[in-house]
Amino acid sequence: MIRLEKIGRDFRVGDQTVHALNDISLQINAGEYVSIMGPSGSGKSTLLHLLGLLDRASSGRYFLNERDVTGLSDEQQAHTRNSQIGFVFQGFHLVPRLNAAENVELPLLLAGVPVEERRARVARALESLALADRAHHKPDQLSGGQRQRVAIARATVTEPSVLLADEPTGNLDQHSGMAVIDTLEALNARDITLIVVTHDAAIGRRARRRIKMVDGRITADQTGHHASA
Amino acid sequence: MRLHSGDVSLFAWRALKGYPARTLLMLIAMAIGVAAVVVLTSLGEGARRYVSAEFASLGTNLLIVIPGRSETAGINPSTMMGETPRELTLDDAVSLTRSFSVRRVAPITVGSANVIAQGRQRESVILGSSHELLAIRRWQLAQGQFLPDTDLDLATPVCVIGSKIRNEIFAARRAVGEWLRIGDRRFRVIGVMGSEGRSIGVDVHDTVIIPVASAQQLFNQSSLFRILVEAKSRSAIGPAKQFVVDTLRERHQDEEDVTVITQDGVLATFDRILNALTIAVGGIAAISLGVAGILIMNVMLVAVSQRTAEIGLLKALGATRRQILVLFLIEALLLSTLGAALGLAVGQLGSLAIRYAFPLLPAYAPAWSVSLSIVVAVTTGVLCSLLPARRAARLDPVLALSRR
Repeated sequence: MIRLEKIGRDFRVGDQTVHALNDISLQINAGEYVSIMGPSGSGKSTLLHLLGLLDRASSGRYFLNERDVTGLSDEQQAHTRNSQIGFVFQGFHLVPRLNAAENVELPLLLAGVPVEERRARVARALESLALADRAHHKPDQLSGGQRQRVAIARATVTEPSVLLADEPTGNLDQHSGMAVIDTLEALNARDITLIVVTHDAAIGRRARRRIKMVDGRITADQTGHHASA
Repeated sequence: MRLHSGDVSLFAWRALKGYPARTLLMLIAMAIGVAAVVVLTSLGEGARRYVSAEFASLGTNLLIVIPGRSETAGINPSTMMGETPRELTLDDAVSLTRSFSVRRVAPITVGSANVIAQGRQRESVILGSSHELLAIRRWQLAQGQFLPDTDLDLATPVCVIGSKIRNEIFAARRAVGEWLRIGDRRFRVIGVMGSEGRSIGVDVHDTVIIPVASAQQLFNQSSLFRILVEAKSRSAIGPAKQFVVDTLRERHQDEEDVTVITQDGVLATFDRILNALTIAVGGIAAISLGVAGILIMNVMLVAVSQRTAEIGLLKALGATRRQILVLFLIEALLLSTLGAALGLAVGQLGSLAIRYAFPLLPAYAPAWSVSLSIVVAVTTGVLCSLLPARRAARLDPVLALSRR
């Protein structure tokens, strides 16, 4: 479960302070499917970075799975990211010199998982995303949709409780984009909390809970039926 | 979280393979540094071994008695030329045989004269000595016999010639038994020297050796150029030297007017000089290792810049600062080690080429320079990568991820 209490995030730009997030209070229960939408500069990516412990709040408190993670050390944050949070990025962020299996293996390697267990888990992750036959392909030998599925496999191979997706379909055609969203929703159906940041209203509407942000504030937080694409 | 060392090495290896041009550049830089150290120190070591071998060829446990006193300068022009108020004589040489510490004594007189036989003539070095010279200098005879074992003051008209003299004067004819005119005297050839070649101060090929008394008559002099004394053992060198000094002082009206050089002493001096020279050239070559280190630092800084997004990704996936630091340092360690190994191989090949081109020079890199160059290369590579690795470790993950 995620709980934010009056979270603020300020940036210094020259001699001015920019308030990227203002008093954000939010609770996301385990297994929820949430989309965050809003125009550019609304603070949705900043919020995602804070949720993913890639950034620190200037004020307020952040609880992840009932644990206050606001003041964690860099090392503790890294450990929490590795074990509890998965990221899916717009630009895939695959390491070009590594093949699909080696890319998926990275978080397990950082966690110090023994090699035999790593191989088994990587194989399972690729298999579950129908990428078993692409395990030894480099990213430049894969289509956009396949690359994003490799990135999803990498994000889920550690079995995180939260999956954060930042514009996951931004670099894909509509067909591939929808296939990726289907994949993410299938993961959410297995009780992984899914938070998707998107510009695309059609993608955003598919979430059961839709949060709208403007100027660093939450302006709407709707829960409703799964909208059709 | 703890990275396994095998995994870190594997990751670093994949990174090095992923950027072949950069990797090759750094490998070459490090290899040149190590190879330079190995080749230059092998040259220095080769010179040291060559000089040592030359001195060893003088004979073992050798003392060289030189007329004249030299208290501070060791060998100086006056002692080399034999300028001294009191000469060394044959009687002095004979007196030096009377010690348990001394095995052999050979007086030396040197001059040059025309050598004529069979209508052919040649200016040659004439060495006057005794039959002990052969054993003291560890020389070999090719034909016949060496000087006869007679009293030193007996001027027997016999000679032993070097192989060059034999070839030039007698050509294909048999030399042993033939007569040879040296200056205004005739000597019968009783032996031909082997192929020792040049030994310090004497080109045996181009020398005629005659009894010392004959040489003194030939050159009309009673003095000796040197007296070579061979001690019975290495431990007897000290007592033998003391005996030589004491005996000659007693014979020379209580005046210490000779210089006694021990082979070990001269060798130790040359050894020190050439060791210093080897260290100096090795040090100069080691500068190139420093340059290689700077290159590694620059290339690694560029690598960190190029791989910023990858570093951001690793952080997003849960890499700690320490893990990023270790990954980059291991990459540098791997690179430096491979570069050092490559440089060592190239350096050894260079040394081999030198030995092949100059067979007289035993150019083998000393063990200390090989191990030191590897240690310095690896240390330099790792130290110079600290700055880029720390820069990578401190990257802000959000900013790093936004870089493409």
